[in-house]
Amino acid sequence: MNTQCSLCPMLKKDILSTLYCFFGVACILFYATPVSAKDYDYINISNPFLEKTPVAVTDFKAFNGHTVEIKDGKTAKQILKDALNFIGYLKTMNPVAFLSNPSESGIQLGQINFRDWTGIGAELLITGGIIETQGKVKLKLRLFDTFNTKLLVGKVYSGPRSQIRKMIHLFCSEISYKLTGKWGIFNSKIAFVSTVKGNKEIFTCDFDGQNINQITSHKTISLSPSWSYDRKWLAYVSYARGNPKIFIKNLKEKRGAIANYKGMNISPDWMPGQYKLAATLSFSGDQEIYLLTIKGEIIKRITKSWGIDVSPKFSPDGKKIAFTSKRTGSPQIFTKDIESGRVQRLTFNGANNTSPAWSPDGKKIAYVGIEKNDIDIFIMNIGSGKTVQLTMNNGDNEDPSWSPDGSMLAFTSTREGGIPRVFVMNASGSDQRRLLRLSGKQAQPDWSISKDTDN
Amino acid sequence: MKNRMWINVVMAILVAGLFFTVSCAKKTVYSDGTTIEDRSGSGGQSGVNGSAGGGSDSEAAIQQSKIMAAKKRFGNQDVHFEYDSAVLSPMAKMVIKEKAAWLKDNGSVSVSVEGHCDDRGTTEYNLALGERRANAAKSYLVNLGIAASRLTAITYGEEKPIDSGKTESAYRKNRRVHFAIN
Repeated sequence: MNTQCSLCPMLKKDILSTLYCFFGVACILFYATPVSAKDYDYINISNPFLEKTPVAVTDFKAFNGHTVEIKDGKTAKQILKDALNFIGYLKTMNPVAFLSNPSESGIQLGQINFRDWTGIGAELLITGGIIETQGKVKLKLRLFDTFNTKLLVGKVYSGPRSQIRKMIHLFCSEISYKLTGKWGIFNSKIAFVSTVKGNKEIFTCDFDGQNINQITSHKTISLSPSWSYDRKWLAYVSYARGNPKIFIKNLKEKRGAIANYKGMNISPDWMPGQYKLAATLSFSGDQEIYLLTIKGEIIKRITKSWGIDVSPKFSPDGKKIAFTSKRTGSPQIFTKDIESGRVQRLTFNGANNTSPAWSPDGKKIAYVGIEKNDIDIFIMNIGSGKTVQLTMNNGDNEDPSWSPDGSMLAFTSTREGGIPRVFVMNASGSDQRRLLRLSGKQAQPDWSISKDTDN
Repeated sequence: MKNRMWINVVMAILVAGLFFTVSCAKKTVYSDGTTIEDRSGSGGQSGVNGSAGGGSDSEAAIQQSKIMAAKKRFGNQDVHFEYDSAVLSPMAKMVIKEKAAWLKDNGSVSVSVEGHCDDRGTTEYNLALGERRANAAKSYLVNLGIAASRLTAITYGEEKPIDSGKTESAYRKNRRVHFAIN
């Protein structure tokens, strides 16, 4: 029943477009007929009252049965469970409850007794198989809908042993797409600031805090990392050459530019889909937001108002920016249409609202509100103006950044011993936990798009 | 208030230090008396001469220590601000006037005017606020006749707190413009 095809219908989606060349992966589709994601929109991840769907992840079948294969199968299964537990809408079940063992009885559709799974409350079932020969690994992965006794996703990935984590995360992206209509966060990265010997440097890591990579070694203060839309460039602020300047850096090719105007050059944000940035410059004697080229040249001035204008964040369509302005006396969040120049004030509650972040669906703005000495993260629905407070009585909470699918937020919190650390939470505010186990202080996370080509 | 006290304590130490150097200088005069006679007798000899202060030299030492004290005071005394404000208070203006006087006496010196914030507020907003504080202090110095070319305004936002506490007095200490001699 398995039909092999080297070009699967998902190829149109850019998340996978380069992956198959990358691994030389043979992609086997269990169903040859393409099904649009809408038909399987099982889970609405923007629902704040979402209950987590229980998913059973079984032991991986080791086809050859040798030690390394069995060990790698266990590793792969753990990576899969960790990834699924990381996101906000699935929970992996305790295997103690399992009534059957597909790693022995069979991992394919005809070999599964779905009653064993519906009986214990598993709405989804994932089976896996591993074939390993001479350091080359083939993973056969399947996601089943147990109540409808249906195969939802079936994929085969092959590549070197070192790429098991990558393969599992690609499968997780498929699961996410099937269940939510979005590719999810499994191939996204987070840039952040961390102290190294007292200096602030720019780092990156995977969505789950793994694969930490130090990007800068300026040995001074570096701040405010921002990913370009294609994740090839990182812009950040550094004191490496005197006053704060914006460094625009191509991560792979070790080239770039510096926005260096008199005064300060801060708070860069890349425009979606284009090599342009918004940033705050103060050379005119007043702090205003400008649109810059990738070389740091000014395209146009966006804000024209006396007083602090800072922290621009583009709307997902790139047509507007949200920003912080003190034009009305206290710092508040505004939006401005870049073309028409129309300005709208968003926040009216509280005397200090800063650090806006536009949700990927364009409907909400996350921001930081300061009430007396409490610094917390809020989300505002732009249409209704309704706000929800996501953090409370738990240290200072700043720097909200949306995951690419809008299901989660990364942020900075001082809740653990007063030391700033990077945390994540679901967009509803649930499951707040620390992302990184690094010494020093971390802050200013910036979550990238989900993409699989650059590592 | 606490900060004021702190300034007083520093001043007390400085003044005490001044007395100390003065008394040292007197001692030098006393012990060196014979050396001077020796020199006049034998036409001068030995390394003792080098260390011989002499009466006029001790005055120079006092003068020197006064200069050092003034310089220290210039570098140590910060200007403070209200929360989320870059407006110079009357007290801040007084302090800056003193800085201007010193800068006039020391025409070759150039200075970094550093704006700092407490850590309430976000990193980026505080960079902007710190710059406004630095610029306010710099402009005031320029209005008092100090050449703008001698002054560099730079913001550090909340990046360099001098007190990492979470108290009002810590916040107050951190909301400052610091004058660093280049």
